[in-house]
Amino acid sequence: MPIPSYAVTTEALDLDALVRTVSAEAAAGPIGPGAVITFVGVVRNENAGRRVLRLEYEGYEPLAVRAFERIGEEVGRRWPCRLAVHHRLGTLQIGDASVIIAVASPHRADAFAACRYVIERIKQIAPIWKHEFFEGGDVWIEGASADANDEGARDAAYRLAVGGSAAPAVPAG
Amino acid sequence: MRINVRLFARLRDIAGAGEVPTDVPDGATVRAVWDTLTGEFPEMRVYQDSISAAVNADYSRMDAALADGDEVAFLPPVSGG
Repeated sequence: MPIPSYAVTTEALDLDALVRTVSAEAAAGPIGPGAVITFVGVVRNENAGRRVLRLEYEGYEPLAVRAFERIGEEVGRRWPCRLAVHHRLGTLQIGDASVIIAVASPHRADAFAACRYVIERIKQIAPIWKHEFFEGGDVWIEGASADANDEGARDAAYRLAVGGSAAPAVPAG
Repeated sequence: MRINVRLFARLRDIAGAGEVPTDVPDGATVRAVWDTLTGEFPEMRVYQDSISAAVNADYSRMDAALADGDEVAFLPPVSGG
């Protein structure tokens, strides 16, 4: 059964289905896939020194899907690839997958770069929030201002995608 | 005119509701709705410089003009992934 390329859901995420989808889409192009890169974001048991018990994800669903579509359009202007993104909402336990990304491209370098770009942009603009429950309390996690047209943020995501790291390749000193 | 305001995360907690119908003058901008909201809920003013907005489920500038019945969502800094 075909699945949507972009979705938010309270159901458990299915990485295999995403891989099948982008692989089939890429196979229909003039040059078929030579690489499929996947990313799985996982609920970590620690954050900022706190022992995390669980996360409750809230999202603005129609805009989240729109955000993924916009990110897909940005990716399409830079890298030849097919991509799919599913993000989970609701209560997640430690170790649960919160977001999955699959990117298929003729060549691995483009697939790696596009995949990194997608997760960085999701963290910048997708209207999704983590409510962290930790030992001793709870807190809304607040990261980036969700300005989809901020070119500086887009450039930062691109630099991470092609450079792999915000830090110098060789530590100074 | 009446705008349906959608609130998320800590903004929703402050207002005690995820949807807040808000009356503003005809032709009001997104920013005018935000100003009305923060007048009612002064705690939201900490988001004055970090808030983003969407109108009818697409990203919007704060100076966009609104029409009666529009849905305006205010987005505190996001933390997906």
